[in-house]
Amino acid sequence: MKAILLLEDGTVFKGTSFGAKGQKCGEVVFNTAMTGYQEILTDPSYNEQIITMTYPLIGNYGTNNADTESRKSFARGFIVKENCDYPSNWRNKQSLSDYLKANNIVGLEGIDTRALVRHIRTAGAMRGIISSTEFGITSLKKKLQKYPGLVGRDIVKDVTVGKPYDWDKGVIDVLKGEEIKPPKKYKVVAFDFGMKLNILRLLRSHGCDVYVVPADTSAKDVLARKPDGVFFSNGPGDPAPVSYAVETVRKLLGKVPIFGICLGHQILALALGAKTYKLKFGHRGANHPVKNLKTKKIEITSQNHGFCVDMDSLDEKAVGLTHLNLNDNTVEGIRCKDKPAFSVQYHPEASPGPHDSNYLFDDFIKLMDKS
Amino acid sequence: MPKDKSIKKILLIGSGPIVIGQACEFDYSGAQACKVLRQAGYKVVLVNSNPATIMTDPEMADRTYIEPITPEIVAKIIAKERPDSLLPTLGGQTGLNTAVALAESGVLKKYNVRMLGANLKSIKKAEERDRFKKVMTDIGLEVPKSGFAHTWDEAKKVIEHVGFPAIIRPSYTLGGMGGNIAYNAEEYKEFINWGLGLSPISQVLIEESVVGWKEYELEVMRDKKDNVVIVCSIENLDPMGIHTGDSITVAPAQTLTDKEYQIMRNASLKIIRAIGVETGGSNIQFAVNPENGKLYVIEMNPRVSRSSALASKATGFPIAKIASLLAVGYTLDEIPNDITKKTPACFEPTIDYCVVKWPRFTFEKFPNTNPELTIQMKSVGEAMAIGRTFKESLQKAIRSLEIDRYSLDNRHIKGSLSMFELKKKLRTNCWDKIWYVAEALRRKLPVDEIFTLTKIDPWFLNNIKDIVKFEEKLKHIQDIRQKTKSPLKRSGLKSLGSAVLKKAKEYGFSDKYMASLLGVEEQELRKHRQSLGINAVYKTVDTCGAEFEATTPYLYSTFESDCEANPTDKRKVIILGGGPNRIGQGIEFDYCCVHAAFALKEIGVESIMVNCNPETVSTDYDTSDRLYFEPLTFEDVISIVEKEKPDGVIVQFGGQTPLKLAVPLEKAGVKIIGTSPDSIERAEDRKRFNKLVEKLKLRQPFSGTATTYKQTVKIAERLGFPLLIRPSFVLGGRAMRIVYDPQELKACVEEAIEVSGKHPILIDKFLDDATELDVDAICDGKKVVIGGIMEHIEEAGVHSGDSACSLPPVSISKKILAEIERQTKLLALELKVKGLINIQFAVKDEQLYILEVNPRASRTIPFVSKSIGVPLAKLAAKIMTGMTLDELQFTEQVHRSHFAVKEAVFPFLKFPGIDTLLGPEMLSTGEVMGISDDFGIAFAKSQIAAGNTLPASGNVFLSVKDADKPRAVEVARRLHAMGFKIIATKGTCIELIKNNIPSQFVLKITEGRPNIVDSIINDEIDLIINTTIGKQSIKDSFSIRRNALDKQVPYVTTIRGALAVAKAIEALKQRKVDVKPIQLYYRQKGK
Repeated sequence: MKAILLLEDGTVFKGTSFGAKGQKCGEVVFNTAMTGYQEILTDPSYNEQIITMTYPLIGNYGTNNADTESRKSFARGFIVKENCDYPSNWRNKQSLSDYLKANNIVGLEGIDTRALVRHIRTAGAMRGIISSTEFGITSLKKKLQKYPGLVGRDIVKDVTVGKPYDWDKGVIDVLKGEEIKPPKKYKVVAFDFGMKLNILRLLRSHGCDVYVVPADTSAKDVLARKPDGVFFSNGPGDPAPVSYAVETVRKLLGKVPIFGICLGHQILALALGAKTYKLKFGHRGANHPVKNLKTKKIEITSQNHGFCVDMDSLDEKAVGLTHLNLNDNTVEGIRCKDKPAFSVQYHPEASPGPHDSNYLFDDFIKLMDKS
Repeated sequence: MPKDKSIKKILLIGSGPIVIGQACEFDYSGAQACKVLRQAGYKVVLVNSNPATIMTDPEMADRTYIEPITPEIVAKIIAKERPDSLLPTLGGQTGLNTAVALAESGVLKKYNVRMLGANLKSIKKAEERDRFKKVMTDIGLEVPKSGFAHTWDEAKKVIEHVGFPAIIRPSYTLGGMGGNIAYNAEEYKEFINWGLGLSPISQVLIEESVVGWKEYELEVMRDKKDNVVIVCSIENLDPMGIHTGDSITVAPAQTLTDKEYQIMRNASLKIIRAIGVETGGSNIQFAVNPENGKLYVIEMNPRVSRSSALASKATGFPIAKIASLLAVGYTLDEIPNDITKKTPACFEPTIDYCVVKWPRFTFEKFPNTNPELTIQMKSVGEAMAIGRTFKESLQKAIRSLEIDRYSLDNRHIKGSLSMFELKKKLRTNCWDKIWYVAEALRRKLPVDEIFTLTKIDPWFLNNIKDIVKFEEKLKHIQDIRQKTKSPLKRSGLKSLGSAVLKKAKEYGFSDKYMASLLGVEEQELRKHRQSLGINAVYKTVDTCGAEFEATTPYLYSTFESDCEANPTDKRKVIILGGGPNRIGQGIEFDYCCVHAAFALKEIGVESIMVNCNPETVSTDYDTSDRLYFEPLTFEDVISIVEKEKPDGVIVQFGGQTPLKLAVPLEKAGVKIIGTSPDSIERAEDRKRFNKLVEKLKLRQPFSGTATTYKQTVKIAERLGFPLLIRPSFVLGGRAMRIVYDPQELKACVEEAIEVSGKHPILIDKFLDDATELDVDAICDGKKVVIGGIMEHIEEAGVHSGDSACSLPPVSISKKILAEIERQTKLLALELKVKGLINIQFAVKDEQLYILEVNPRASRTIPFVSKSIGVPLAKLAAKIMTGMTLDELQFTEQVHRSHFAVKEAVFPFLKFPGIDTLLGPEMLSTGEVMGISDDFGIAFAKSQIAAGNTLPASGNVFLSVKDADKPRAVEVARRLHAMGFKIIATKGTCIELIKNNIPSQFVLKITEGRPNIVDSIINDEIDLIINTTIGKQSIKDSFSIRRNALDKQVPYVTTIRGALAVAKAIEALKQRKVDVKPIQLYYRQKGK
């Protein structure tokens, strides 16, 4: 079974189809993590993206019911060098191929993924169309031209929850099967811009009573619940057009402790008057070194972002830089100088990736304790 | 935190000779450490007894001591050099143990030396089983259940909570001797009693066995600021129960979800912090229950290890180099990543390929030992392969091993092997199990069942199944081809289409194997493949999965679309390396290849290294300008040549491996530089060599060739006994025997004929009691300069690689030395040598015989280079590029006033049941050098360095063959004069008493009890001198030698060796053992 990837610059990669059949447009990106493909596939931040895994052997341990990061996958396509149809792991429930089918994700395997990654690295992330139903370049090109890409579009609305709800599940110890669920001490409102479930699990395991709200919830409604803290989640795409959320943050700043991750971080920065810009090919992986400028210690972090806060645009009087990416010296964390609010660009909730930055959840708790 | 300025001078301890479990990886790590620490402005003092290392090159450290690595000697070096710091974590277990001994004895405190990286407390916490277990339990991690026992009653209690199967390890036995797995109460009792008997403190550790669990390793690094990163994860294909050094391993881990991997990562972080390794690298091993993910911590090495070398090569992250920088105070964020230059070393490498490491065994050398793999390591080397998929890497790894296997085919498996026998094979841990797994899959045994039998994870088994299924597809094409009537189709490869061939290459199938499947020549298949446009492309090992641009060309081949090789148009030369270490071809050849790279760099020629041994310095991306981590087969090499288009290829430095490729490469139009392949063949081919010797009017022992026993008998009648029988075209003296009488002849000839295959066997008149000499020389085609002449300590008949030798010679007349020089020059010029030449001579009754000529780098090149202080391999490489000896200003032999003695080191202890007698078949794994202005001391140092501790007093057991009796008298007289008590068997005893040397009589084993073996076991013997002749005598005395080894009593099996030992003991008694750096020895001129 054939499958094809066509990039907006005309580059074509031909391989074999796996997972769901179909054709979809999206931004073609790559992730360098060697484990955690199921978490990556279910991270809503990948909405409208076609994910290429740099590690060539994917599917080795199958998929299971526990390692999901959202109610469904929003990825547009999944590209690997070699998909494994004989997964081996005691937790395996379903092969990757079947999982993609069940989630209607178009898969492509058997291409020179390293060549694709090098191409994106040099030319920048770009739009592409993945297809296992049609292979005519001209026709695919036309379809791709109609796809507008991510810049300037609000794609948070496609992934956020429709209605608010209470969250009450903690982190589960994989080996022992025990759920970590201390008594609820803090009322937290969590904005879902496309939130990864592990953030919710970690908040609950840190003693938070979590109430999840849609992205366009107003500041007034939030404050009406008298929360101890408000959380702004990760999410897909360009932060700039999500202006309603920026407005909400602005209204909440100083009134309640705020913690933001990824898109939530960018939105906080925008609310503080900073600017964001699109990175050439983004940061996606589980090995990025981030320096905590306060402790001077290095955290190995999980990352997934295509946009970034412009360091020069930060108002030095109001905002402090707390975390720095050591690979390219970009902004990884900020903290308000006179208001209880902080955020990080990367993913302290890991899943997938190292747990080095879990302490940020403790920091959020401390911030709520202080306020 | 920048570098620590309170540190000025650092002592680095190497790992000594190559032994099983400790090989060139510590030269690689030590050399990196030397280099980077000196760059950082520190003075480095180095001690290592192994001359075949790059780290002991005089320019690598400020002061280099090629001295025995014992606490006493190192203490002397500390007293002399007064270093302020000691880096103990880069010299393997030897370096670490020596550092611990120096700390415990108070030497470090006395001289105010501090340990960098890991302190005594953390080393102890990691190394001592009890303490380690407690630390793990304290931080909430689990280790296998265990307990110590000193009596059977205690052992009975321990087994109650440990349960079966249980591992029994006697405490403080050498090399894990006496380790066993008990599956039932009966075995348990037997092993406990045996173990208690073996342990010098009557203690055994009984441990819960996790045989069959999955095994993982993580390489961890930590800096002063407590930043910790994981460099690499490794998953063993072989389950727990097989030593990780003997296991096929894969990087990165393949079958762990992120959740499980992070549990392991978190555990590693906790462990390195709890053990307290302050800075540097550690290796942590885990066992995982495949049924429920349960995790056990198995052990931790608080130092750079074999796995660190593998992880470095697998990821491009130079662990040893960075560990050294961390030890002197740098932090991970301050060190740049060498490969990307732009990003810091403070990250976790991510790879976009699959790495397979495969161990290399040499069981054929030890036919009397059980070849089963256990918890004690037995492999002597390893090959690593990089590919984009596991299937590709697996098949590349197989052909990297150079065991004449190019696939998973069943050529080595008897067709008659029944399913019952096959299943039995799968249950036992034989070294070649994977081929039986493939066979089982071929016979349609389900993966589940193979998993039950082998405990190899189904993921690996299914991948192998893919390969086997594809192999069947290829066979099917051949079947159709043979049935077709069209002659055109039958003669061509037309039926092998592009899609199938492309897929086959992606699966890692070699041209050679596919050609054999399809019944065509490799060349034909290659042409067909290339005509379809299917060629290897090269990808970069870049630490980051292509996220950043790599500036270091560290490449591997695969079959995809995009090639990153980007060859330059500079003047360039390819150096072919030696592949995996084995007995007969080891670090010495890697040393030469590395020197070739250095030499090319010096003269501005681009150096391109090809090798597949992850332990070596040659596969460090820093060593050459470009590195191809590839198997050394014709196909893999010619692909690189086609891509790079070099000005020449060097084949004479990597041992037999590249030499075998010389002729095929030349035929394919590749320019081989240096001595021509034809000259090399002229020296190797028996008939052509005989003509050469005749032409030059030189003398060699009388000889003949035969293909049958009958012919051999005739030749034997003509030449007379003793005879040297050997197969032709073999390595390291395989199946080579000395025969003293007609009774022994038949068995020897039969064995030789079998090993020799199609080729005739060679029969030489054996020069009994002759002195053997090795000569290394260098020639530019016009001029010849002798590098060194070495006199073997043991008489001719002991393989030159196993014999101790002295440079300069000690008992050779001036006349003979002059003759050696004349003949060496004659041969070198006749063979038009451009580079190195090694000649073996024998002297008997003042008559010189030529035994062998090798116009290439020899095993002794590093030893000679270190002795005389001239880098011969480097000079030779320059000659190959067209320079002359005059230009290189090396026109005269260098004479020094000191003596350098090389001694071989053997792996006998690892192989229970084998004889330790030396012979014409090489058995040693490594070598040491003793150096002194006095021969006796130099020899004594070589013995100490090799682990043969010479006694200063006590009882000497003497039993020699008749021919040795006159010399035995001299040996006994010297020993008696020094106060030794002589104990001898009947014949020897009578001879001594006749010569007025008091001696006590002892029974041979065959003569009743108590006999000599009883005395050895009862610790009544301090030195054993035992020479034998003939099969019966060897058989009778076997248990003397074996017990000597097991009880660690020094023993000598040649009379000349015994004499050297006696002289060495005299020297030790008369003089102090001094230490001196080689840099100072090179300032002395000789006669």
